[in-house]
Amino acid sequence: MGQDTQAPLSFDEGRALEIIGGLAHLEGAMLPILHALQDAFGHIDARMVPLVASALNVSRADAHGAVSFYHDFRDAPAGRHVLRICRAESCQSMGCERLVEHLRHTHRLTPGETTADGALTLENVYCLGQCALSPAALVDGEPVGRLDEKRLDALLGQLKGARA
Amino acid sequence: MSARIFVPADSSALAVGAEAVARAIAKEARARGLAVEIVRNGSRGMVWLEPLVEVETPQGRIGYGQVSAGDAPALFDAGFLQGGEHPARLGKVEDLDWMARQQRLTFARCGVIDPLSLEDYRAHGGFDGLKRALAMAPAEVVEEVVDSGLRGRGGAGFPTGIKWRTVAGAEADRKYVVCNADEGDSGTFADRMLMEGDPFTLIEGMTIAGLATGATKGFVYIRSEYPHAFRAMQRAIDAARAGGWLGADVAGSGRAFDMEARLGAGAYVCGEETSLLESLEGRRGQVRAKPPLPAVQGLFGKPTVINNVLSLASVPWILAHGAKAYADFGMGRSRGTQPFQIAGNVKRGGLVELAFGVTIRELVEDFGGGTASGRKLRAVQVGGPLGAYFPEALLDTPLDYEAMLAAKGMLGHGGLVAFDDSVDLAKQARFAMQFCAIESCGKCTPCRIGSTRGVEVIDKIVAGVARDKNRELLLDLCDAMTDGSLCALGGLTPMPVLSALTHFSEDFERKAPARQAAEQVRP
Repeated sequence: MGQDTQAPLSFDEGRALEIIGGLAHLEGAMLPILHALQDAFGHIDARMVPLVASALNVSRADAHGAVSFYHDFRDAPAGRHVLRICRAESCQSMGCERLVEHLRHTHRLTPGETTADGALTLENVYCLGQCALSPAALVDGEPVGRLDEKRLDALLGQLKGARA
Repeated sequence: MSARIFVPADSSALAVGAEAVARAIAKEARARGLAVEIVRNGSRGMVWLEPLVEVETPQGRIGYGQVSAGDAPALFDAGFLQGGEHPARLGKVEDLDWMARQQRLTFARCGVIDPLSLEDYRAHGGFDGLKRALAMAPAEVVEEVVDSGLRGRGGAGFPTGIKWRTVAGAEADRKYVVCNADEGDSGTFADRMLMEGDPFTLIEGMTIAGLATGATKGFVYIRSEYPHAFRAMQRAIDAARAGGWLGADVAGSGRAFDMEARLGAGAYVCGEETSLLESLEGRRGQVRAKPPLPAVQGLFGKPTVINNVLSLASVPWILAHGAKAYADFGMGRSRGTQPFQIAGNVKRGGLVELAFGVTIRELVEDFGGGTASGRKLRAVQVGGPLGAYFPEALLDTPLDYEAMLAAKGMLGHGGLVAFDDSVDLAKQARFAMQFCAIESCGKCTPCRIGSTRGVEVIDKIVAGVARDKNRELLLDLCDAMTDGSLCALGGLTPMPVLSALTHFSEDFERKAPARQAAEQVRP
């Protein structure tokens, strides 16, 4: 920790303070601020937490508590693309577990992990509200339904193409 | 005059290519020099037909189902702007069996109108309820909602009007209306569909709640898994404010009500009302002990109306048509209609709004058309991840609050997930416990620890380790979780587990009790 504070910041502190200052007036500003920071920097750096805490007049522990409670907030940036695959009951009934195995074996993707080249993060999600089109996923925030192995392969191909 | 074409921007339609369809139609129209107006409506709820393109003709709105971008030239060749014949043509959308058999009150406008057009909204009866509420005394509005028999559509089924009465009677310098749009239950998407397809209805319902109870500020808390619904709500709130329907002077009445959309951050437990309030206040989404009830001490310690999207979105219809007209729908103590959602392994998944009392079988088999896989239907989970699994023999159970409780299930948010005969109910029971372990807020022990122990015990039962003893232990654990948990997450997780154990016990005994002998020789 002591060494960490000496290391150069991986984010623009001025920009972070600007974001925090722009939202601090809201009632219950914590989540809007955390979302805005993550949108801007791709993750919530541990050294953003004291900035948020001081702007909202709460303890660092309270701010850290909020960041760490919610599944959405990352402590490190995600890959350039994020594939969130639904593993809740409706998608289970249509074979999402088979798709997860397919991703693992054919594409070497494991939920919760980012590929070594930083291209893609695969995440579990529990329900996207696309239950009449199961199995479903979110690809960079856009929904896809009626997934099968072929559609997944095509999707991953497109993402690779988009990267090049 | 340009032809009006409707291509849904509902996220389910987008999930199967509606964006490309809209672009292809626009491009084809330009190439042919035809003037068209493309309206991005919500979904009609016939999700299996998406993208469902509709064309306004003198005969009514003609639908074309499962349209792909590549179909655009052929559709124009077939004269679809005049409702021309094409293999995808379904006929008049309102006359389709699926639509004609419903009782659409809350979802009457969804899929019909342009979701962000105030003009369209008003032309279809929008704000009629609010206008009537503005002409009434606040207490009369509350009693109207009480008389309608409306009960919480989020799952608990608590009478909405009674909640409002408590808030109205509380003395405070500030009160809030909070809409719970943290629709996390698998198999449910009604909140999402409404927010994307008819967001002004929710705004109108929240405004009426504010006027009736003296609350001046509203929040709609939307889960982050619904980015499209969040954007739709934000835009609708801005439009309503610009149109004078929100703000310091609601519709020229001199009374104030304004609202904001807030984004959750991926925590299922925030669908629990006190946890949601903690989250809105900016803390960890941990459940609060009740009392005090949120109606007395809710958001920021102030009296707060907290209702589900569907409860609040039912209010405009009730005010516009009267409590009695609403209460005339339904059965027993479940009055009005419920938007049911048919999901999972079904041929025709989607949203069906009907009076309470329809059976599980009617929804899954008649509307849903049976399994998508073509295999035998084996189980239907009703009411989300905390709801019971119903076997074939119980599919004629009517869907109302009391009948579901009597069958040791719950209606929840009205979602039904169908499973074919490839399902392993022991696995599903294990998942229920595992999901509870992942999503537990950690505040109370039965939920936090019980769920993890539950996974372990189910594993032992399935592996055949001291099966009878562990079965007893699981029942005991379920009792402890039901009685000892602070909220519905830990308290209801036993429901799917026990239903699986009761109705599908064979799934827990597929493996021979291999280690039983070894256990017995132990001293």
